[in-house]
Amino acid sequence: MRDTSENNTSIEHIRSQFPILSQQVNGRDLVYFDNAATSQKPNIVIDRISSYYKNENANIHRGVHYLSQKATEDYELARKKISSFLNANDSSEIIFTKGTTDGINLIASSYGSMLNEGDEILISAMEHHSNIVPWQLLESSRNIKLRIIPIHKNGEIDMLAFDKMLNSKTKLVSVTHISNTLGIINPINEIIDKAHSAGAKVLIDGAQSIQHEKIDLKELNCDFFVFSGHKVFGPTGIGILYGKSDLLNSMPPYQGGGDMIEKVSFEKTTFNVLPFKFEAGTPNIVGGIALGSAFDFLESLDFHELHDHEMELLNYAEEQLNEIDQIKIFGTSNNKTSVISFNIGDLHPFDVGTLLDKQGFAVRTGHHCTQPLMDFYKIPGTIRVSFSIYNTKKEIDLFLIALKKSIDILS
Amino acid sequence: MNYEEKQNSIIEDFSMFEDWMEKYEFIIDLGKEIKLIPEQDKNDEQLIEGCQSRVWLKSEIDNGQMFYFADSDAIITKGIISLLIKVMNGESPNTIAKEKLFFIQEIGLQEHLSPTRANGLLEMVKRMKMDAIKNI
Repeated sequence: MRDTSENNTSIEHIRSQFPILSQQVNGRDLVYFDNAATSQKPNIVIDRISSYYKNENANIHRGVHYLSQKATEDYELARKKISSFLNANDSSEIIFTKGTTDGINLIASSYGSMLNEGDEILISAMEHHSNIVPWQLLESSRNIKLRIIPIHKNGEIDMLAFDKMLNSKTKLVSVTHISNTLGIINPINEIIDKAHSAGAKVLIDGAQSIQHEKIDLKELNCDFFVFSGHKVFGPTGIGILYGKSDLLNSMPPYQGGGDMIEKVSFEKTTFNVLPFKFEAGTPNIVGGIALGSAFDFLESLDFHELHDHEMELLNYAEEQLNEIDQIKIFGTSNNKTSVISFNIGDLHPFDVGTLLDKQGFAVRTGHHCTQPLMDFYKIPGTIRVSFSIYNTKKEIDLFLIALKKSIDILS
Repeated sequence: MNYEEKQNSIIEDFSMFEDWMEKYEFIIDLGKEIKLIPEQDKNDEQLIEGCQSRVWLKSEIDNGQMFYFADSDAIITKGIISLLIKVMNGESPNTIAKEKLFFIQEIGLQEHLSPTRANGLLEMVKRMKMDAIKNI
């Protein structure tokens, strides 16, 4: 395989676009391995936020003045860019939200209100809390049944169990594309096909996959796809809910307010068309526009080359970690993205994470908002390293030295 | 030593450490060595659930003096707990409730008491003080 590590000028070029990566933390060069929690931001996104507030700030839609029209155009252009990058049928299917959690809650509230007692929703045992709790709330308010698709010890979904659980009562299958804790890529094509055959709709939680996989919504053919902007080099507080237009049109509004109405009177209020029907109130305008810039950034990259680079980092790190005494990696499927969750003997992840932080390494420790998955493995948490396009093999080498030092101190 | 003197003595101990590693090695040694709470007392009633590490705390008053028994599943948290106990044990409820607890900040461990750290320590210090207040 071609060496795409630190010797490759393209990775250096990418790194140079992320100013935060060149700082020191606790007196050491920062190594940022917490990309599954949030990605860092390139200059194109940072500068867009600044220039919007310097030159363009106005409230969008319905304004007659220059600034308002400019801001509206830019906001809507961002929607079109994202729609085209993801290959949606139409940009009206791209709804701006606050993030993945907001998107799932929107669907639970709106689509959920069309479900009846006894209807079933399937989620997997590896879901993030944000793809568990909204359905639990719906379970108690609508008397629907939430069922959990089990996983194997290696972290993969038990597809045989899934087949058996699908039935005529299944109205929605809501699964994550990639596990935020284990990095395992789920067979969503197969899940979508099977769910559709059973007459169920499918929601894909793309929070983790949006940064690592090229998403083609037409090809994927899921009914809903949600993700957060901050996981894909964009700002926090902005995200996308994609839904097929027929389905979104059939659903009631989520929140009421400005922008989402066509006409309001005390006798009868009519609602705006898609996507505005689901976008009540002044939105996160700058967030939407800067997310558009994040997609410009994605567009400028060679996705396949960077995917290879991430896989190389993953394989290299796993190989090296496996050399460490008493290490246990959770999620050992061959179909993984660049996320590694592990523990070392009975060392507490918090202790290891604290000592790594002191040496300048940003990793995540704890349950990663997947407590049921931690219960499944009977552990309090893990240490999770997650790589992005700007990480290098050299950083992994430095990390291994720091990790071994932490183990020595704690043992 | 009174409450303030005990804290100053810890600050002095820590001033001898040259870098973070020596400091943490010391805390980790404290965490490894000291048995802080009997296993049978580590029940749900004593548990303070942090997001990252868990802490157990039990307090008693004897002859006007507070005594604390605590533990954590993470060694660094446990080491810091043993420092807190060293300072607070044997003090009157009035002292613990009213006098300033300043040594954690002075020895550069305040990050472990921040609400975002979620290791259960901040909640534990609050509960130690609440237990003292109940005994005033």
